[in-house]
Amino acid sequence: MLEVKHLSKSFGGVKAADDITLSFAEGSLTAVIGPNGAGKSTLFDLITGALRPDSGHILLNGVDMAGRSPPEIVRHGIGRAFQVARIFPSLTVHETMLAAVGADQRRASVLHRRFPLAETRDRAEHAMEVLGLTGKRDRTAATLSHGDQKLLDIALALVLEPQVLLLDEPTAGMGTEERWRMIDQVHELWEQQKITVVFIEHDMDIVFKIAPMVVVLCYGRILATGTPEAIRQNPAVIEAYLGTERHAEAAV
Amino acid sequence: MTELQAERARERTMESSAVPRIETRSKRLRHVDVLIAVAAFAVLAALPFLFSSKALIDFVIRCAAFGLFATSLNLLVGYTGMISFGHGMFFGLGAYGFGLMMQRTGVPIPVAFIGTLLITTLVAAVIGAICVRLKEIYFAFVTLAFQMLIHSTILSWTSLTGGDQGLRGGIPRPVFLGIDLSNQMHLYIASCALLVGGLLLMRQIAQSPFGYTLRMIRDNASRASFIGIDVWRAKLTIFVLAALFASTGGIIMSLFVSGAYPEFAYWTISGEGIFINMLGGVTTFLGPMVGTVLLLILNDTVTRLTEYYGIVLGIVILFFAIGLRKGLMDFMVEWYEQRRDGAKERT
Repeated sequence: MLEVKHLSKSFGGVKAADDITLSFAEGSLTAVIGPNGAGKSTLFDLITGALRPDSGHILLNGVDMAGRSPPEIVRHGIGRAFQVARIFPSLTVHETMLAAVGADQRRASVLHRRFPLAETRDRAEHAMEVLGLTGKRDRTAATLSHGDQKLLDIALALVLEPQVLLLDEPTAGMGTEERWRMIDQVHELWEQQKITVVFIEHDMDIVFKIAPMVVVLCYGRILATGTPEAIRQNPAVIEAYLGTERHAEAAV
Repeated sequence: MTELQAERARERTMESSAVPRIETRSKRLRHVDVLIAVAAFAVLAALPFLFSSKALIDFVIRCAAFGLFATSLNLLVGYTGMISFGHGMFFGLGAYGFGLMMQRTGVPIPVAFIGTLLITTLVAAVIGAICVRLKEIYFAFVTLAFQMLIHSTILSWTSLTGGDQGLRGGIPRPVFLGIDLSNQMHLYIASCALLVGGLLLMRQIAQSPFGYTLRMIRDNASRASFIGIDVWRAKLTIFVLAALFASTGGIIMSLFVSGAYPEFAYWTISGEGIFINMLGGVTTFLGPMVGTVLLLILNDTVTRLTEYYGIVLGIVILFFAIGLRKGLMDFMVEWYEQRRDGAKERT
């Protein structure tokens, strides 16, 4: 179980996270939404150690992760994929997976053996299989399509067998068809792997269709949490987020 | 079964039969490297018998010293993406450390060799711990600053280092295990053995899981930390390992010239290392070795023909940097791959 308690982070005078308290039950699927600048990515940065919180706690199964380095947090079981796919352009898909499993098995510093290690193979194969990358195993990451690079980024997090998987806008920059394919894969992944998935998403159709639980952030604060139905009818959310979208749609 | 599921099932069936046995392939590749190394050593050892040229022997010894230095620099530049402008300090440290130990303590050569490597490890660990936290240009210039510090220390600590005159009086080279390094032939064979052994070890580093960790750091250090890699530790480790091979190059050089001179620790040595890597290429393991041979040939021929050595070198740098936009080995490998892919497409 992942819990965030009274988490705050400021940049100068701007409060990017303001006393955020949340909990994500084991095996849950939660969407985090909010207008641009609401603090969604900052929340992920704080949870994964990319940013150090000014105050508050991040508890994974009761162990405080606040202030720890990203490698430590990853080893405790929090994996992350990024809004802009962060991959290793010169490595093939297969090499990326094998090297990541090696890192997870604490074999990233092994000098006396040759890459790849036999014991890393099965997990690497499994992660590629789950995300449909097996057929592209020998392609270098730089030559993959945008969608496949996003999948590889998710596979990189997934191959570490995390307890909690944070996906920062997994469908960003994708066309409609590719977007739904990706979200189907995320949903399938959540169902199959039985892990806690938290994802940031801007597309409300996607959010309301697949997320059993939604968190709405605005100006670094939690505006609302609840089921999609409850969020849809929450006046504060309509005002701050959905309302804006509707106005925009009307204007178009 | 949906189309997507069917596609996945097809891929699974294909891959299960296509994936080679990883462990077998890894072992086989290592054996190939060892065989190539043994063959290369045999060829190098046979050279003096085929061509009785003293100049050739001297040339190969210098190639061994600079080849180890340049290839170790490529572990930082090409494999990890850490461009060091101060790697030459470890070349100088190797030459001075070994020379001083032999002159002042009179220990056997293997002890002085190991002692020098231990000193290098300590110095590299301290300097590396400071430098590897820095990014790109800051890393490059802080390593350069440390090199200048070491060079200045050598110049000013005259009582120990001989100042700008270097270590004078020659380096004692007592016989050990029947090897007499004051004999040019023995020194030649020992240099070749150190070169081949060093290259083999560096090849192992490059092809190990750690070598792939370095590639990940080069490509995206931030992402590497998000899959659990301690980037700082990995960078420090390769910084120290690279320093050890550079130091070995310095030891060979000090044995060759029977002394050590401030120029060995001057920034121009680092510059030559970068230049060698540009000449030979950084994406292939043997690129720096090819670059070393090219630079030394250029050096020997151009200085004989004209006093304007710098101008000629500058033109050569421009040719590789602007003309080819890569090193010679990189260019050749790319050309070969394009031809191979073209032939595949045609068939």
